[in-house]
Amino acid sequence: MSEATKVPVAPTPPDRPRGVGDSIRGWWGGLSRPAQWGFGVPAVIVLGLLALFPPPGLDTPGTSFGGVMAQFAMYALIAIGLNVVVGQTGLLDLGYVGFYAVGAYTVGILTSPNSPFHSSSGFFDSKWAWLACVPLAIIITAISGLVLGTPTLRLRGDYLAIVTLGFGEIVRLLADNLGGVTNGSLGLSAIAYPHLGESATHPGGYFSGGNLGDTHSGNLLDRANSGVWWFWIGMLLVIVVLMLVGNLERSRVGRAWVAIREDEDAAEIMGVPTFKFKLWAFTIGAAVGGLSGALYAGQVQFINPTGFNVINSMLFLCAVVLGGQGNKLGVIVGAFLIVYLPNRFMSVNVGGQSLGDFKYLFFGLSLVVVMIFRPQGLFPARQKLLAYARQVYRAVRRPAAAAEAGAGA
Amino acid sequence: MSLITLADPALLAGTIDFNISGVADQFWQLTVDGLSYGAIYALVAVGYTLVYGVLRLINFAHSEIFMLGMFGQYVGLELLGFAPSGNTYAEGTLMTIVYMLVALVIGMLVSGGAAVGLERVAYRPLRKRGAKPLIFLITAIGMSFVLQEFVHFVLPKFVHNLGGTNPQQPIKLVEAKPLFSLFGAPVTNVEIVIVLAAIALAATTEILINRTKFGRAIRAVAQDPDTATLMGVSRERVIMLTFLIGGLLAGAAAMLYTMKVPQGIVFNGGFILGVKAFSAAVLGGIGNLRGALLGGLILGLAEDYGQILFGTQWRDVVAFVVLVAVLMIRPTGILGESLGKARV
Repeated sequence: MSEATKVPVAPTPPDRPRGVGDSIRGWWGGLSRPAQWGFGVPAVIVLGLLALFPPPGLDTPGTSFGGVMAQFAMYALIAIGLNVVVGQTGLLDLGYVGFYAVGAYTVGILTSPNSPFHSSSGFFDSKWAWLACVPLAIIITAISGLVLGTPTLRLRGDYLAIVTLGFGEIVRLLADNLGGVTNGSLGLSAIAYPHLGESATHPGGYFSGGNLGDTHSGNLLDRANSGVWWFWIGMLLVIVVLMLVGNLERSRVGRAWVAIREDEDAAEIMGVPTFKFKLWAFTIGAAVGGLSGALYAGQVQFINPTGFNVINSMLFLCAVVLGGQGNKLGVIVGAFLIVYLPNRFMSVNVGGQSLGDFKYLFFGLSLVVVMIFRPQGLFPARQKLLAYARQVYRAVRRPAAAAEAGAGA
Repeated sequence: MSLITLADPALLAGTIDFNISGVADQFWQLTVDGLSYGAIYALVAVGYTLVYGVLRLINFAHSEIFMLGMFGQYVGLELLGFAPSGNTYAEGTLMTIVYMLVALVIGMLVSGGAAVGLERVAYRPLRKRGAKPLIFLITAIGMSFVLQEFVHFVLPKFVHNLGGTNPQQPIKLVEAKPLFSLFGAPVTNVEIVIVLAAIALAATTEILINRTKFGRAIRAVAQDPDTATLMGVSRERVIMLTFLIGGLLAGAAAMLYTMKVPQGIVFNGGFILGVKAFSAAVLGGIGNLRGALLGGLILGLAEDYGQILFGTQWRDVVAFVVLVAVLMIRPTGILGESLGKARV
């Protein structure tokens, strides 16, 4: 083994035993691209069918499991977006709910009959309105991220956290007080949604809230209720966003983010334009948040300012921190925990109180416990070579694996 | 989105008014009201600023310490035999003062105890592990959740009629009534009590920090923890003392606040006030004791003028805008940072 190939073996220190997570990671990293797709696509299909046929223990009594999964997909998007800002770049953003709100309100203002911008004969009243609004919501949220980020990103650490908290709250107060545009606390109703599969049995289409699903139907498309449909579309978006963010992570941008997270001054000295890349992270994170907001507005078809309380920001942060900052699959698991657990235990009563009501108490406690005992989260991100990772990894792994096999024999 | 709509004046008609004459007409009235609010903010802000000065930590859960203080004084009054009747009790001046002092002390003890407990349970383990600043902040957010939800759902299970979703019915000992007028603006007895109590507490804290042995220890740790430790100052004790002082003042502020706004005793009643007090601390220069007092008063005034100038629905926005603006323009605040550099 030459000196050059020896160096990258270092990431796992010899004193730490390789856990299950590491071996899964190693196995996945060792597969070729087509093989990864070969395993990934069936896994996604199984996940998609899971929403349709909930296993008995996993089901959420009292609420539609499909609806819970749809919410999970939305939170997964949020967690991925927030992970770019908090996990990868290390900027604690406590006002992320503001971007979520901007995305949702963009769709709402353009398509709800309660808003002054809506005309009942225009394009935004047609079947395609929701779909057309999604890119608009992403663009407008990205711009709002840019506008908020430009002044605030000069600040660091906890100051940044508090200012973003302030901005998140200001967005909500604007939505509440600019009654002429947002209909104030009454909210915007009858927001557009995708009109797919309209028929005699589904008068509002598959995505309409009225689609309760036909549990006796053999046809999967008819069997799925609106929640499952929203979960499917959400999952699709999660995969697209994951690929985009993953590519960014492996590119020059991602390396700059990690450098900023680890030591901003050092990064600046090494020639990384830190402000520019922080702004990029903020903008991309905002855009993903806006996408999720658009999804939310379409699914619920009604938004009002109380849905965008600052406490939601904390919940989003909780998903990222519990899942493991910087690990994009970990934060998806975090999002699942945040959404699933309260819904799972909603119908379980303790002392006359639904266990679901205790969610903030438990998540608050778990935040504290995780921060004290496992600050890297449940599924921590591993530091690894980012540049040319795959090629180097393979080159290193093959001789190492061969040596292990040789030693075992 | 918000910025685009803000630029369109036609849409803003009726949502933001620029009622300058209103401010001019009610100037003294607003000043008196603003100062009494500002005095409360100042007391809470001291808690933020002391902890920041010593630990470089934004104690996000301080707003919950304040909230517990509101419940503390409520329980104190209940123990004295009062019940929330909706009417004001008439106990005579002397007894009212005695009762209020007892409630004040109980509120302060609850808040002070909670602050020290918070430090023990959440922050000390992190310090021992040498955690990064953001980890402290996330823990503080978690504790803030825990304390809020404890009062929201757990407390009413154990103590009948305490906590829960709805605001507590107030126990009123004093009815606000004007005593004299200042430039035509009536000044109520409640406002006088608030301002006097705040001045007394602020002066005590000032003396404690600047004149006593404990205060010197606090300033030493704020300036240079390692050197202070070498000089024989126990850092852990200083930190505990800092949280205790902050908590006691928050408890006192809670008592004063419930006199001013009787309907605010609810599990999430501390959050907005906490953000405002934090804004006040930043405005005056976080880590600076006098800065916190000054910042509190200025913020209280700005809020009262602002709510007439822009409309009452924008009242809470003023604090956020002040916070953001100060951090953008002069992050060190009016009087500058650092408790350690304060005059001896």
